[in-house]
Amino acid sequence: MSLGKFKFDKRIVLSFWIILIALIIAAPTLLPVFRLNLLGRYLSLSIVALGVDLIWGYTGLLSLGQGIFFALGGYCAAMYLQITSSSEFPNNIPEFFALYGVEKLPFFWEPFKSPIFTFFAIWIIPALVAGLIGFLVFRNRIKGVYFSILTQASLLVFFNFFNGQQKLINGTNGLKTDVTQLFGQMVGSESMQRIFFWITATLVIASWFFAKWVVRGRFGNILIGIRDDEPRIRFTGYNPVIFKTIVFSIAGGLAGISGALYTVQSGIVSPQFMTVPFSIEMVIWVAVGGRGTLLGAILGAVFINYAKSLVSEALPASWMFIQGGLFILVVTALPEGVLGWIQGDGPRNLLQKLGLKRKIETYPSLEVNNKEVNNE
Amino acid sequence: MNNKYLLNLIDITVSFEGFLALNKLNLNLKKGELRAVIGPNGAGKTTFLDVITGKVKPTKGEVIFKGKSLIGRKEHKIARLGVGRKFQSPRIFENLTVKENLEISVSTPKSPLNLLNKSIKDEQLDEIERLMKIVNLAQKVDSKAGSLSHGQKQWLEIAMLVGQKPDLMLVDEPVAGLTDEETDLTADLLKSLSGENTVVVIDHDMEFIRRLDSNVSVLNQGTVLCEGTMENIQKDQKVIDVYLGRPED
Repeated sequence: MSLGKFKFDKRIVLSFWIILIALIIAAPTLLPVFRLNLLGRYLSLSIVALGVDLIWGYTGLLSLGQGIFFALGGYCAAMYLQITSSSEFPNNIPEFFALYGVEKLPFFWEPFKSPIFTFFAIWIIPALVAGLIGFLVFRNRIKGVYFSILTQASLLVFFNFFNGQQKLINGTNGLKTDVTQLFGQMVGSESMQRIFFWITATLVIASWFFAKWVVRGRFGNILIGIRDDEPRIRFTGYNPVIFKTIVFSIAGGLAGISGALYTVQSGIVSPQFMTVPFSIEMVIWVAVGGRGTLLGAILGAVFINYAKSLVSEALPASWMFIQGGLFILVVTALPEGVLGWIQGDGPRNLLQKLGLKRKIETYPSLEVNNKEVNNE
Repeated sequence: MNNKYLLNLIDITVSFEGFLALNKLNLNLKKGELRAVIGPNGAGKTTFLDVITGKVKPTKGEVIFKGKSLIGRKEHKIARLGVGRKFQSPRIFENLTVKENLEISVSTPKSPLNLLNKSIKDEQLDEIERLMKIVNLAQKVDSKAGSLSHGQKQWLEIAMLVGQKPDLMLVDEPVAGLTDEETDLTADLLKSLSGENTVVVIDHDMEFIRRLDSNVSVLNQGTVLCEGTMENIQKDQKVIDVYLGRPED
């Protein structure tokens, strides 16, 4: 029985990989650039979802503030692009500064002149911010609902701050990236977008492997232990604060990468990335896809967002109802999410309930015992 | 402090908003001793464990373990110093397998980087195998701990406690909900652990305590009422009044 289930899991994973790789190879030729770009964006969102799965699905930390780290990654990428493309503007600084009469580049923009700094900043800055927020919160043993509220409050603080800083980062208008140049090419151009798609697809797979590595062994088991019984982990001699800080920081870093990829493919980063509903949506992708499955997070993010764009094109304004309905359906009928339901023999049980499939074994343990007796 | 003792509790008082859960409790444990702690409900037995393990900070008093004060130390630091605890209802990680549960307990050092980078050491795997044999769970290595029977869960938690290699084992009601046979086996197991380890067992079950054949401390209203062998305790008038005197089968 358990062996059968194991095979079943393997089959799902294997077929997922075949489909995914086939899709990635075929997508740039099959899809029009508009659709390809959308797919690339949704794939980049699946990276932030992986982080949510690590902290929520595995460690039980329901963060409603992942938008902070997502936006930070996006801003890092956008600042670099703006600054490298600003040579024709007055004072050699990005164009928007002129609107507010700023003549000198704010100091924190300086390091973003370096592509190498930016490459690291995209994931290290969000990871550090997440680590700092996480450490302060976890050290004070704030958990459960209070943790969720606190992350959401932090999100609002960041949102309002970024919204108000016209002179520093163009405030509510955000930073555009589609008309900037990278390696002599327009970022918004078709060829660049195609390259970004490849980069995104590669990074999704890399992030998946990374997340898998994190949860694979004893470290992952401690995370599950913290989720299920944190005091017990403490009395066994582990300091949950450090484990939670590390995993929250990893999720922050993933969110930053995700935000940067999303920014270059959607052409703009703005404080809209830090709105409350967007961060909640990230949680919904993971809940629908399947908590604690990693794969479910990727599938949830891609499919829900693709459905969102398709539905919104056909029936504008109806998406919010569908998304809400989907969430309610999952919470009530499939608490493990779609992938968790499939892995937990959900389809077989459903077929049995509908009378389409005969029950195979009722008491597997008895069967095993009989066999043993017969052998003797 | 006196080296003869592994643990000294000196005048421990714990007050929960005026209610005295422990009231000037004094208790000393020798190295290698097996000690049973009994007492009626609300006598402060679990609070007594909470104080030692750092879950509850005493309002007054001092806890000395291996010559060091435990007051103000975090739970995980106290655990690393060598205090292990088994909880009243089995607290194991139900979503992990038996083996994974034991891995968590035997792994050292308990730092995140060690757990992330390195695979478990061979001698720790041997230790896990040994523990699984002791508690008869060798057949269940890869079963989810949540699928075990109540008795097996209790034993898994005892195995996890032993795997931690603590100098002091605090065992809270290890035989609650166990069959008579399992109770006897548990008593033998705990007896075999003492000597090398120092073990404190808290329980209601008189038969079980008798079988442990150890010194007994009787708690009542947050303080130690009397100490001695089971025979002496049963003759003590104060104990009979508060505890044994009640109709009990």
